[in-house]
Amino acid sequence: MQVLQLLISGIAQGCIYGLIALGFVLIYKATETVSFAQGELMMLGAFGGLAGMTMLGFPFWLAILSSILAMAVFGVLLERLVIRPILGQPAFSIVMLTIGIGYVARGLITMIPGIGTETHTLPVPYKDQIWKVGGLVLNVEQMAVIGVTAVLCALLFALFRYSKLGIAMQASSQNQLAAYYMGIPVKRLNGIAWGLAAAVAAVAGLLLAPITFVHANMGFIGLKAFPAAVVGGFGSLPGAIVGGLIIGVIESLSGFYLPNGFKDVAAYVMVLIMLMVKPNGLFGENLRKKV
Amino acid sequence: MRFIFKTDYAQDIKIAKHGGQVFWYGALMLLLLLAPWLFAEYWLAQLTFVMIYSIAGLGLMLLAGFTGLFSLGHAAFLGVGAYTQAVMTNAGVPFPIALLGAAALSAAVGFVVGLPALRVKGIYLGMATLSFGFIVEEVMARWESVTGGNAGMHIKPPNMFGWVLNSGTEFYFLCLVITVIATLGILNLLRSPTGRAFVAIRDSEISAQSMGIHLAHYKTLSFAISAALAGVAGALYAHKLQFISPDQFNILQSIDLLLMIVIGGLGSVHGAFLGATFLITMPQVIALVKDYLPAAIGQAPGLQGLVYGVVLVAFVLFEPMGLYGRWLKVRTYLQLFPFYRKGMFKRQKSFQKSDRLR
Repeated sequence: MQVLQLLISGIAQGCIYGLIALGFVLIYKATETVSFAQGELMMLGAFGGLAGMTMLGFPFWLAILSSILAMAVFGVLLERLVIRPILGQPAFSIVMLTIGIGYVARGLITMIPGIGTETHTLPVPYKDQIWKVGGLVLNVEQMAVIGVTAVLCALLFALFRYSKLGIAMQASSQNQLAAYYMGIPVKRLNGIAWGLAAAVAAVAGLLLAPITFVHANMGFIGLKAFPAAVVGGFGSLPGAIVGGLIIGVIESLSGFYLPNGFKDVAAYVMVLIMLMVKPNGLFGENLRKKV
Repeated sequence: MRFIFKTDYAQDIKIAKHGGQVFWYGALMLLLLLAPWLFAEYWLAQLTFVMIYSIAGLGLMLLAGFTGLFSLGHAAFLGVGAYTQAVMTNAGVPFPIALLGAAALSAAVGFVVGLPALRVKGIYLGMATLSFGFIVEEVMARWESVTGGNAGMHIKPPNMFGWVLNSGTEFYFLCLVITVIATLGILNLLRSPTGRAFVAIRDSEISAQSMGIHLAHYKTLSFAISAALAGVAGALYAHKLQFISPDQFNILQSIDLLLMIVIGGLGSVHGAFLGATFLITMPQVIALVKDYLPAAIGQAPGLQGLVYGVVLVAFVLFEPMGLYGRWLKVRTYLQLFPFYRKGMFKRQKSFQKSDRLR
């Protein structure tokens, strides 16, 4: 029973990691850049929800939807204004750029007087509710995380499989130049990928907020999502979720069975092992350049 | 305008290219030697920090700017150096030997971290070093019998075989000597075949390999040298602060180090120094300007992070060669005075090259 309980809380935590990792992977697949600002986007999304619920007095659903939409627009704008001018430069400069964006976002939120330095609780309707199923005590917040993640995955799967937009995105992620020649608007797709990634990050933030708190430094959890993306393979969408689940479960189990301190580094140890054994990740594509 | 007329092949690899350089670097050296009598105690301490960060920056510059491998966990090497120095100094080991020990242990750790660099590339290497940084930080926090855990540990002043360097001035000269040695070492390394091999690896691994450069050897060497310099910097850092704790060597410190070399200018030795100067003077400048801003902005705790972020974004967008690149432009403008053209340093637009096919 206890193992099952640990597994469920690990899976819920893993879903959060997976959702943030999904953002990395979306951006990586579309533009081959790695965004270190994903955790901060998540933080902004959570603050957006908070602002909607407490300050503007929106009902729950409206606040959630408006926060996600606002983040999507923010992501598109970010791509247009900051990322696009340096596309084609070395990957390292884009990494530094996104680190810079993260600094700016965190700094700006911290600077809001009275709000930035405090921790807040997100007043969701399912706060502190518990379901009892058999001998298990299920936290509704965690169940919400798992459920929403599953729905979101299904939606994204459908998008990439059946919609014209998704197929165009796949094409542009496989070969940008060829996609461009085929008449696919690669630049606009890159913008949409950033918007999508920001929206997914906002969802992750809104889901995480009831479990932890909303504060300016919650974006640091994004650093735990990198291991998830690496374990799953950096270029694979299902890999990101599976990687997140693996990291979450390992963390939760090692927090219980191993001595103190292992919980925090378990994810990183896992990454190092993964990089030594299978650098492309579980679902990573293994492409070779043909000469 | 200066035109260097070359009559000898040895001129190509000379450290000082012309008399002007000898004069100006000589003047800088003189200024630094006289600094304890020119500046107040506080500014001397800041200058010492600039030099300490410059040493770490030189190491990271060698790795990221000249070998093209970037490390997101460089603070870990700084930490390894600092703790080695602290433990050895507190055990009564003389300073030079402890410093060598710190450098050697950091280099050994760097060698081990360099091993995955042979298998993984680009962002994966970043992930590996990031993970390594977290693990080292956790080890420093948990290995309480040696490191004192999160409570941190104190370190005695440097002891040169009985001569104890207590004052800030003595320590300043110690840092100056080590900085000069490190800089000359890096400059000499970069004009040697080894340094050329590093640059070749940065520009194209495949061409470097086909020119007979042993990738594995040179990449681990680069990691080891870079880590050793970070270790030396960490040792000096520990002595300067006299107190170290694991949270001084966390991911934010690693990012600060990266920020420093990117703002200074990737791929130039000057960049390490300019970046270190930026990193140390920026908080001072913010503190000065703070009082003139409205209280809501000036007194907000996030101001420093915001300024760092904006500066970093601005540099990556508008001046990818960093402060040193800006200086090059200014210098070229002055040298060519009426004939400077706008497009002289224009970046070439290129289509995105895929990282995955390698």
